[in-house]
Amino acid sequence: MHLVAAAAAATTTGSLGNVGYGLAAIGAGIGIGLVVSKTIESIARQPELASRLQVTMWIGIAFTEALALIALATPFIFGA
Amino acid sequence: MPAGGFEPPSIDEFYPEAVLFAGTPFEMNRIMLIRILVITLLVGLLWAWSNTFAKSYKNKQYVPSRFQLMGEISVGFVRKSIAHDQLGEKDGDRFLPLLTTIFFMVLGMNITGIIPSLNIAGTSTIGLPLVLALGAYVTFIYAGIKKHGVKFFKTALLPSGVPSVFLPLVFLIELLSTFILRPVTLALRLTMNMVAGHLLLVLCFSATQFFFFEGQGFLKVMGAGTFTFGFVFTLFEILVAFLQAYVFTLLTTVYIQLALADDH
Repeated sequence: MHLVAAAAAATTTGSLGNVGYGLAAIGAGIGIGLVVSKTIESIARQPELASRLQVTMWIGIAFTEALALIALATPFIFGA
Repeated sequence: MPAGGFEPPSIDEFYPEAVLFAGTPFEMNRIMLIRILVITLLVGLLWAWSNTFAKSYKNKQYVPSRFQLMGEISVGFVRKSIAHDQLGEKDGDRFLPLLTTIFFMVLGMNITGIIPSLNIAGTSTIGLPLVLALGAYVTFIYAGIKKHGVKFFKTALLPSGVPSVFLPLVFLIELLSTFILRPVTLALRLTMNMVAGHLLLVLCFSATQFFFFEGQGFLKVMGAGTFTFGFVFTLFEILVAFLQAYVFTLLTTVYIQLALADDH
């Protein structure tokens, strides 16, 4: 089995960084999904608070997506 | 586009060759020229708006012209729904010049990313977002020190109500997140959004070009798909340009608000 894996590793070309970024984006994706879904739930419960909740939602999204965007920047900073 | 083979866009997109003053420290490339163009337009626009406001106020002209209404809506958006909402009327008006500058600068620089024949955002290299982020950084530290004196650093780094065992850990985390990560994330968020958006657009349209002019048979149909995608992403980039300007201004406001807040 490990021979097959080794053969696959030897023939696969490309950057592992791409896979890394894909993994990093999962976290931010789930995070933004949670932020937005909770905001929608809250607006459905209390529509009169919608404008204030939306502002908080944008702040939350900004913090969450920053992680994925930092991941996008890391190869330029730490890469070869 | 060289004949034969598809060339995906690379990071070299953001290092175009010098146009003016090549070889000197004042070397200018396409992105620099776009920035100068945007700044000129923005200064002219805001100047014209403030002149119109002043004139209509002096002449007691209560029905605004179309141009004046546009200005009132845009400037009023930053004032009412960002500054006043987060900081209150008094502090909001104190920091309004900075917030308005940041909002219009980011929006103007972002929007060049989708304007045909400019096609790259002025914010897509780190320099300009870094300057704006440093402006925000200096301002929220200034706001904190002006209001609380040296106690600002104590409340920011050593929040009350934390068990003394955890204080060193909290100190390190707060130091990292407040004084290092805040400006870094402000600058990086804007830059990376613009970089990713530009690369996506370049990918879509260069793929369309490749499919249409070099593809055979079914590949030509794929070109229609990538063209549609490119068009949709262009619309999406307008949204992102506005959203990033909003988020940048909003976060600056929130940081100022946190610096002004009293210790609980």
